[in-house]
Amino acid sequence: MAVSVDEAVATGPARDRTPSARRLGGRGRSVLEVVLLTVLAVVMLFPVLWMIETSIKENRDVYAIPAKFFNFTVTMDHFKDVFVAPGGGRSALSAAFLNSVLVAGVSTALATVLGVPAAWAYSRFSVKAKKDQLFFILSTRFMPPVVVVIPIFLMYRQVGLIDSKLGLILIYAAFNVPFTIWMMKGFVDEVPSEYEDAAMLDGYTRLQAFWRFTLPLLLPGIAATAVFALIFSWNEFVFAIFLTSSDGVRTAPPAIAGLIGGTTVDWGLVAAASLVFALPVLIFAYLVRKHLVAGVTLGAVRR
Amino acid sequence: MGTVAVEGLRKSFGKVQALDGVTLDVPDGSFFVVLGPSGAGKTTTLRAIAGLEKLDAGSVHLDGKDATGDPPAARDLAMVFQSYALYPRLTAYENIASPLRARRCSSSEIAAAVERMSNLLHIERLLQRRPAQMSGGEMQRVALARALVRSPRAFLMDEPLTNLDLKLRVEMRTELTRIHRSLGGTFIYVTNDQVEALSMADQVAVIKEGKVQQVGTPTEVYERPANQWVAGFVGSPPISLLACRAEGDRLIGDGWTLPRPRWTTAEDGRPLMLGLRSEDLSVEQRGDASLAGELYGLEPLGDRTVVDVRVGTEIIKVKARPTVTGTPGERLHVTVDLDRAHLFDAGTGLALSEAGR
Ligand SMILES: Nc1ncnc2c1ncn2[C@@H]1O[C@H](COP(=O)(O)OP(=O)(O)OP(=O)(O)O)[C@@H](O)[C@H]1O
Ligand SMILES: [Mg+2]
Repeated sequence: MAVSVDEAVATGPARDRTPSARRLGGRGRSVLEVVLLTVLAVVMLFPVLWMIETSIKENRDVYAIPAKFFNFTVTMDHFKDVFVAPGGGRSALSAAFLNSVLVAGVSTALATVLGVPAAWAYSRFSVKAKKDQLFFILSTRFMPPVVVVIPIFLMYRQVGLIDSKLGLILIYAAFNVPFTIWMMKGFVDEVPSEYEDAAMLDGYTRLQAFWRFTLPLLLPGIAATAVFALIFSWNEFVFAIFLTSSDGVRTAPPAIAGLIGGTTVDWGLVAAASLVFALPVLIFAYLVRKHLVAGVTLGAVRR
Repeated sequence: MGTVAVEGLRKSFGKVQALDGVTLDVPDGSFFVVLGPSGAGKTTTLRAIAGLEKLDAGSVHLDGKDATGDPPAARDLAMVFQSYALYPRLTAYENIASPLRARRCSSSEIAAAVERMSNLLHIERLLQRRPAQMSGGEMQRVALARALVRSPRAFLMDEPLTNLDLKLRVEMRTELTRIHRSLGGTFIYVTNDQVEALSMADQVAVIKEGKVQQVGTPTEVYERPANQWVAGFVGSPPISLLACRAEGDRLIGDGWTLPRPRWTTAEDGRPLMLGLRSEDLSVEQRGDASLAGELYGLEPLGDRTVVDVRVGTEIIKVKARPTVTGTPGERLHVTVDLDRAHLFDAGTGLALSEAGR
């Protein structure tokens, strides 16, 4: 999942992708293309299919040799185990899911609230050494989390943010603000600054002009950006596993990883938990696609 | 009250000096036209007056008070943008209402004002449309309505008629002059169309490369251009310019000579440019001030024909009756009304003193 998100981020606003997509659906598809695509599809989709199967197999069917592809008994017990503890009550996994929702949601909201105005400012005002500043902001994304996790661990220990949801929220927001600024600057650049100029002459202040006239035009962009930030925070594993340990704080990725290990592994539960975990990402990825294609309604300015 | 005075405006965008010391004095209630070619700095001047551009130097005074640092909203101005800048998500009605909304007018006041504007500009049937559903000319009229709906200190209009077809443009010109007279506000009107400037303005400021070339009434700018460039930019067909020098009581050019105009004080031998407007020339021979040349071409324009005549190595344009005929290469004489001719210093391009005229 993490891979697919990064890919989507790299291509940015995906308007220019439509033509190639159309070409793929066209008539002139060669045999070689079909064969290669089929191979690719099987290789990519088999693990997913296998995960889905495992999540609805009974445990003895999971371990059956030779593997059972079709003739197994369907059960929903694993999904029940994801949410309900063996003795009744809420399971540790469901608590982890709630933590994930909280951490991803709040950090994304934080990054959006900070990043969108910053992007607007970078787009509209002449800032000293603007290019260098923007490059610096981007460069914070060059580093993979593993590189900085040790220093951050030490710093967090000093300030008492270790094993706290606030700590995770802050670090995710720190990673998402630069991303938001970069994505949103592109969207703000697309909105002519003359709308704000006109609004100021109408009698609004600069901030009112931004709030009333530019912001509504940015909403699709903000939604798309926020979804990317949300997916990043939702999927993040490295910081989560290093910086948190207790069940009450842990988010879903380390919690699911924690199911593996010990003497026996309940693969059915792992598969069911992973599916539940993947579902929001799939839904959001779908939403992003829609928003990016929709774009911003412009066209009242002659260029 | 609505005087606008700017002094020494300077603004550069990187290497481009968009404004290079622009000084203008717009009297209250006047129709003041800023005329200049593309890229002259007209839009930048308006934006500076509106407070949308951070200046490198210079000051803006509104009604005699220094407003250089004031935010746009505090300046009480209305502007028609060259790009219209209509809010894309709002209908024409809401666009026109926006300046009143910002000033917290009641909705009945707003409705009345918008209706008045839509009648004035014939856009009643557009009111519920969004900008994307309008043509360029329709958007332009809505943009005009949005500016005119209020009674600000001054109206700033950035080429508001360029996107209209010729008929509508001529109509709107008359309409705007009428609106100006009935509203009595101060209009600062930017255009690159000299016909528009001459027909509408009380005062014209001609600018080029961020510098004011001349300020005056349309007649002054047309009849007494301050320099060769203004003479060439204002007037259609463009003024004909011939290199020459004064020698005793004659003007000597390349292959032609004319009596020296009585009014000129230029010393002998100084390189000059003689400027002749097409209407001050005639292909009918009378008097001794005439140029010998040959017919180069005819441009029939309906109400008149412009005759291109080659004199020496230059082509000059002569206004003639629409019935004039001739074959290229034919020899002819062009009579010059020397009292209406212009002389410029060939080096500086400045008009020679015409005190004697
Ligand atoms: N935001 C900007 N960034 C860089 N250069 C600019 C900017 N705005 C204007 N310029 C430059 O400043 C000069 C004057 O521009 P301005 O828009 O005032 O011209 P104009 O007289 O309005 O021309 P037009 O008739 O084409 O609208 C031009 O050379 C233009 O390229
Ligand atoms: Mg302009």
